[in-house]
Amino acid sequence: MSLRRLAPPDMQPAGFAFSADNAAWAVKEIAKYPQGRQASAVIALLWRGQEQEGWVTHPMIESIAQMLSMPFIRVLEVATFYTMFNLVPVGTYLVQVCTTTPCWLAGSDAVMDACKKHIHPHPHTVSADGKFSWMEVECLGACVNAPMLQMGKDFYEDLTGPITEKLIADFRAGKDPKPGPQNKRHTSEPEGGATTLLEDVAKPKKPSKPKPGAAT
Amino acid sequence: MTLADKDRIFTNLYGFHDAGLKGAMARGAWDGTKQILERGQDAIIDEMKKSGLRGRGGAGFPTGLKWSFMPKEVKERPHYLVVNADESEPGTCKDRDIMRHDPHTLIEGCLIASFAMRAHACYIYVRGEFIREREALQRAIDEAYAAKLIGKNNLNGWDFDCYVHHGAGAYICGEETALLESLEGKKGQPRLKPPFPANVGLYGCPTTVNNVESIAVAPTILRRSADWFAGIGRPNNTGTKVFCISGHVNKPCNVEEEMGISLRELIDRHCGGVRGGWDNLLAVIPGGASVPLIPKSVCDDVLMDFDSLKAAQTGLGTAAVIVMDKSTDVIKAIQRLAYFYKHESCGQCTPCREGTGWMWRVMTRMVKGDARVSEIDLLQEVSKEIEGHTICALGDAAAWPIQGLIRHFRPEIEKRIADFSKMAAE
Repeated sequence: MSLRRLAPPDMQPAGFAFSADNAAWAVKEIAKYPQGRQASAVIALLWRGQEQEGWVTHPMIESIAQMLSMPFIRVLEVATFYTMFNLVPVGTYLVQVCTTTPCWLAGSDAVMDACKKHIHPHPHTVSADGKFSWMEVECLGACVNAPMLQMGKDFYEDLTGPITEKLIADFRAGKDPKPGPQNKRHTSEPEGGATTLLEDVAKPKKPSKPKPGAAT
Repeated sequence: MTLADKDRIFTNLYGFHDAGLKGAMARGAWDGTKQILERGQDAIIDEMKKSGLRGRGGAGFPTGLKWSFMPKEVKERPHYLVVNADESEPGTCKDRDIMRHDPHTLIEGCLIASFAMRAHACYIYVRGEFIREREALQRAIDEAYAAKLIGKNNLNGWDFDCYVHHGAGAYICGEETALLESLEGKKGQPRLKPPFPANVGLYGCPTTVNNVESIAVAPTILRRSADWFAGIGRPNNTGTKVFCISGHVNKPCNVEEEMGISLRELIDRHCGGVRGGWDNLLAVIPGGASVPLIPKSVCDDVLMDFDSLKAAQTGLGTAAVIVMDKSTDVIKAIQRLAYFYKHESCGQCTPCREGTGWMWRVMTRMVKGDARVSEIDLLQEVSKEIEGHTICALGDAAAWPIQGLIRHFRPEIEKRIADFSKMAAE
């Protein structure tokens, strides 16, 4: 487990409020869960708060605790337990490099080197231009497209050192590089063409008929 | 022995076709769902039992049997189905493809499974990092609501609501009771069992937690019959399975294949072989990071199913095959997994919280060789003290890769230590 603490008080903003859109979204999100179980929405609300502010702040935790009728400590526990919550400010572009074994085998060291060279020699540190920071993360679940990184909502897959450098340059130039595999693959099929699903699949596999013996 | 395209369940695994409702229906999804429900709860559960489907999330528990544990009558507490889409096992990326490319197989499965277990609501817990995937899944759910396939008074005749819930980066939430805690808005720390979720699960109500793939294959099994599914693979290890092959193969990929395909055929047929040829193979982790690795000598003829891999002192797990060729520093590969488990331990049980960090620190020294030979036995002993002494299986999962390394690569570790001491002496 990792030890995670909120940012020191002098770093914390004075207050927090969801934007009107996000507040309306929160009402719907809470309604997904049964009466009295609104605490279930805590992760989703913290996440939306982080999307709005860039990181999870002390006033945000207080505000969400109040919205969900939860004690402050319960929301604090959640914010510190789940590692996707940034407890300190991060760059506008947060580059998350997967370095768990499948990515490491496929060359995630080169991806990390590119980040060290073009963002900052140290992780969790905002770059000189104030735009970027990077970090190592544990398996992101795109192992057959390793190595990969996550930027915002998207996965960028099948990377090499030079491709990563180009990606960072594109982000820096305000471009919107295409997510997914950065080689010629479509998604998770073998490179150069699938070995299965070559027949026409756009027809029902078998007409449905009740099974003999099954209750009708 | 290889699976024909007509027997594949995930016909849009790679997303070459329309993932939307229209495309899914053209591929056979939502065909005769109402007739399936009309067979009744018991008939559906019997058919699932007959199919021999074993849970695809790692443990391989028979799915039909799990469904049958739910109370037969709904009393004051509602029943819930919870789908475990917290796919975080290193090496595994199959549920991701199901959610983004074939989501209707999952949603239809949720309806059928909920009906069979008398649940009217289902929560799909998607890992936090899968943002695009949960958007894709939500789009498919919205389509299904709009077409009145699910929801109140739907065409299939069983009131059913399906919600997407997400986490925020905690591997442990893939453990079913930690997942339930997380879904209730708490830290994801596993619960003691018993009581089992089928009695006291989500919000204290009867709940079944199933993996995405287990639920998504159910509609096709019920449409094409248990006999069809049971006819694929070997007895007790039936059906098709999505394999994720990563690491040192020429063409890493996901592929749906027959259970019990040989490891070598899987790699040669679909992945263009091991990098540098089969003889360049060092070892394989056959079922995701939690299972012990097997050296090439075992890989040569092992079959990819639950029982064969168990006999080889490893496991099928999630069928995530991580291939390592001879250029791999195998000690470093396992040390990285040790770090993963240290990072992901929830901190609840002392043997795991302290032990995963301890094992990682020792492994880090062993990568350099900065250790004594006697520490190999100590490491083995400590791993045995962690295994089986924690509430959930994360302790076991952290211990097994290290035990596998010691079992098969002890000479390698000893050599590293000898080289280091020689260097230090000079």
